[in-house]
Amino acid sequence: AAEEASRSSPRFRREPKGRVSRQDKYSVLLPTYNERENLPFIVWLLVKSFSESGFNYEIIIIDDGSPDGTRDVAEQLEKIYGSDRILLRPREKKLGLGTAYIHGMKHATGNYIIIMDADLSHHPKFIPEFIRKQKEGNFDIVSGTRYKGNGGVYGWDLKRKIISRVANFITQILLRPGASDLTGSFRLYRKEVLQKLIGKCISKGYVFQMEMIVRARQLNYTIGEVPISFVDRVYGESKLGGNEIVSFLKGLLTLFATT
Amino acid sequence: MTKLAQWLWALALLGSTWAALTMGALGLELPSSCREVLWPLPAYLLVSAGCYALGTVGYRVATFHDCEDAARELQSQIQEARADLTRRGLRF
Repeated sequence: AAEEASRSSPRFRREPKGRVSRQDKYSVLLPTYNERENLPFIVWLLVKSFSESGFNYEIIIIDDGSPDGTRDVAEQLEKIYGSDRILLRPREKKLGLGTAYIHGMKHATGNYIIIMDADLSHHPKFIPEFIRKQKEGNFDIVSGTRYKGNGGVYGWDLKRKIISRVANFITQILLRPGASDLTGSFRLYRKEVLQKLIGKCISKGYVFQMEMIVRARQLNYTIGEVPISFVDRVYGESKLGGNEIVSFLKGLLTLFATT
Repeated sequence: MTKLAQWLWALALLGSTWAALTMGALGLELPSSCREVLWPLPAYLLVSAGCYALGTVGYRVATFHDCEDAARELQSQIQEARADLTRRGLRF
């Protein structure tokens, strides 16, 4: 009889603390700019991942006035999945990542925030692992890492791999940040932690993500890591030029000298 | 203390220890075999640090996972999503 009872009980009850975890809500922030082609798929994958794992969630799309009609697709998705799951919080023009997070968080009802890229390089299937990791160590931040365990990348040539490894090596030596992937942007934060950190970070681009982790260390927040596979942009161009490298080095040295 | 300051402190400490020992400022009479090793020590350390860096980076580049499976899985899920979303009335 006991066997039958366990078989007939719904999935989420199998977890002994199911009740507690169901109070947690995860707000996914998706800043977009010209992601018309990728947005339907990332949203579909997010919905799939969350419905399979049973965690409570919402997806906040922050579109910075994309000229390609990203907003139109987002509105269609909102109709399909409902405005309690998909929240559109567009802005007039491109205003940078940090302020996009601030803007999105104002409307977030979850107690945890997940940030990720909308270009399909970050797969939502890892989110349940992030959540499990967070609960396991009661971490303030869980960061996806391409540099550990089964983590990795797809679509990078040798040159790109070398640049990435060298940059990571130098960063680890100079900053000793206590996390292996500093420039990645697939992370889970406690909401209040992200709010506090964003207020302290001033850099842009790659360096912004790096500064978030460095400041987190300064403030004694705990960081957990989950290996992720990073599949470089399926649609659209991935960019890594000389300018990115120079601004990365500048940012790195600034953090080195000031933190 | 910033990371830069930590580095400068450590370098100054090591550098002055080395200088003091090689120049005999402490009045210690080191055996000549010791002095022979001590004198080029910074160069040795620099070279081995460089070798370590090259070796580590090289190893990590060589063992960087290529996530072929993840890319294939994503492609097939995109097909699935496209079919499902079209059925739900999304205009791509």
